[in-house]
Amino acid sequence: MDLQNQQRIKDAAEKYNPEELVVILGSSDAEGAEIYAETVANGDPTFAGPLAGVQLGLCVYDIFEEEIRAEADTAAWEEQISMMEMVLDPEALSAAVAAMRKEFSKYSL
Amino acid sequence: MSSVGIKGYAYCLNHTPELGLHYGNTPYIERMTRGETEFLSELPKHLQAYGEAVSYAPNQAYIGGITLDEYEAQPQPWYENRMADAMRYGKYGEIMPEDEFLGLIDICDVFDLIWLEKGFASLVKEKLVQDPVISETILARLETGHDQEDIDSEIKDHKAMPLYIDGNVVGCVRSGHEVDECLFPYVLLENIASKAGGVLSVLHLLKNSAISPQEIDFVIECSEEGAGDMNQRAGGNFAKAIAEIAGCVNASGCDVRGFCAGPVNAMIAAASQVASGARKNCIVVAGGAIPKLYMNGRDHVKKGLPALEDCLGNFAILLVPDNGEYPVMRLDALGKHSVGTGASPQAVTSALTWEPLQKLGLSFQDVNKYAAELHTPEITLPAGAGDVPLANAKMIAALAVMKKQIEKKDMMAFVKEKGLTGFAHTQGHIPSGVPFVGHACDAIRDGKMKRVMIIGKGSLFLARLTNLSDGASFFIEKSSGTEAVGAISKDEIKNMILEVLSEISESLK
Repeated sequence: MDLQNQQRIKDAAEKYNPEELVVILGSSDAEGAEIYAETVANGDPTFAGPLAGVQLGLCVYDIFEEEIRAEADTAAWEEQISMMEMVLDPEALSAAVAAMRKEFSKYSL
Repeated sequence: MSSVGIKGYAYCLNHTPELGLHYGNTPYIERMTRGETEFLSELPKHLQAYGEAVSYAPNQAYIGGITLDEYEAQPQPWYENRMADAMRYGKYGEIMPEDEFLGLIDICDVFDLIWLEKGFASLVKEKLVQDPVISETILARLETGHDQEDIDSEIKDHKAMPLYIDGNVVGCVRSGHEVDECLFPYVLLENIASKAGGVLSVLHLLKNSAISPQEIDFVIECSEEGAGDMNQRAGGNFAKAIAEIAGCVNASGCDVRGFCAGPVNAMIAAASQVASGARKNCIVVAGGAIPKLYMNGRDHVKKGLPALEDCLGNFAILLVPDNGEYPVMRLDALGKHSVGTGASPQAVTSALTWEPLQKLGLSFQDVNKYAAELHTPEITLPAGAGDVPLANAKMIAALAVMKKQIEKKDMMAFVKEKGLTGFAHTQGHIPSGVPFVGHACDAIRDGKMKRVMIIGKGSLFLARLTNLSDGASFFIEKSSGTEAVGAISKDEIKNMILEVLSEISESLK
């Protein structure tokens, strides 16, 4: 996760109650999604950014996970997401993020 | 006229591992901010020799050393399956080694900013004279060189930046100003190297198109560099500077920018000027980007791969009025990512592919190949950026499913048939669709393809001016041959009618 985005997440966690924050990822790659999820829950594993050693424990989901999909407006989903659903591997992305969430997130939906 | 002919094209690479090692942005910033780290001590062990760059299949595909069918047949990984019979020169251009490229940089320097050591300059001259596109006039611009102690003193006392071959200092880039950051050696090197790459491609283009430099009317340059001074950081103009060295004395030029969407926008700008008759012909050209060398080097080193991003990419394309002889670029069905299009991949892909197809009443199947972001996958995959051309082809296929033009089960067959395997260096503007123009025109001339689409996409948000990205696209197809008729003026038609009426009146007498 790039340094600016790490800072944004960190700022949001300081400004709002982390318990009420949910990070929704839209990565195209499962390996990347796993690292992003780990970063916001357990800290930056590359120790390069503002979240290095910072265990925010945030609740994190991939956009394709059922809990998030259920919240989305059907028309907006169709217009914005449905094409990429065919292009990407939603199952692998969901599994990658869910595994990190289970291991490191302190909060849930 | 709504189409223009694509008369010629050239694609070249400059193999520059030591420029990358010292001045590629990733190693340069690492050295500046963190000193000699483990990555920097490891990187030299991963550099490729010139012969390895020449025998690397994606590089051969880029310069036209092999066709894309031959490229597809090459065993992967390409870095482990080098081509035994690869040559420096391909159908479209060449892979120039670093020492000669430093000579070409000096040739392109008109402000005495580049100093080469005397012995090195002499050696390079002997090599450059053998290059079929380097004329005596161009070679005469190469300096005789400076004493090593003068170069060392310029580096030590006057902020000049060293230039290396085999780890030895063979020259330097001098500062253009005491306090103006836009004229500091790093920026000047980046700009003159981009200019030099552009010059090399234009020289090959002139040769490939069998046209003299004096015949060129206009040049549009579309790299991602900014040449200027502190009062106007990117004032320009690379195009005219390139035209000058290439001997295009009757040409003028200007630059078009748009990050990776620059080349496609430049093609549209150039084609529009030719189609309207404003220009007799127009070259679209871009040199490479030193900062992007070894951009993903950290990942390549970590994964034990060769540091593959060691070439500057450049290209030049010549557009002329459509006389029925050449494959044409159509201007009546351009893809445009408008401000209001939105950022979702769906909206962007639709604006760039579906909308222009609809304008012509065509389906997704009516296009043989879609060329977007042709990065070599072997470079991007280890860095976690995926196979970019494959992702683009999948997006187009998925859109075709949504528009009910293909079945979902046929998506991957569509991708295989209509997509391309990437073969361009991660030089930003270079991979963005345009490397396919040459191969596509050849395939259209040979009757192997009927129509292709070239797609460019640019990350405008990187400049912090807007959150928007950009995109543009156009079709290339066989000339219908009707433009010659369309080009007849009203006066000519009037004269023809008068002649016929006169003949009729004579016959009635």
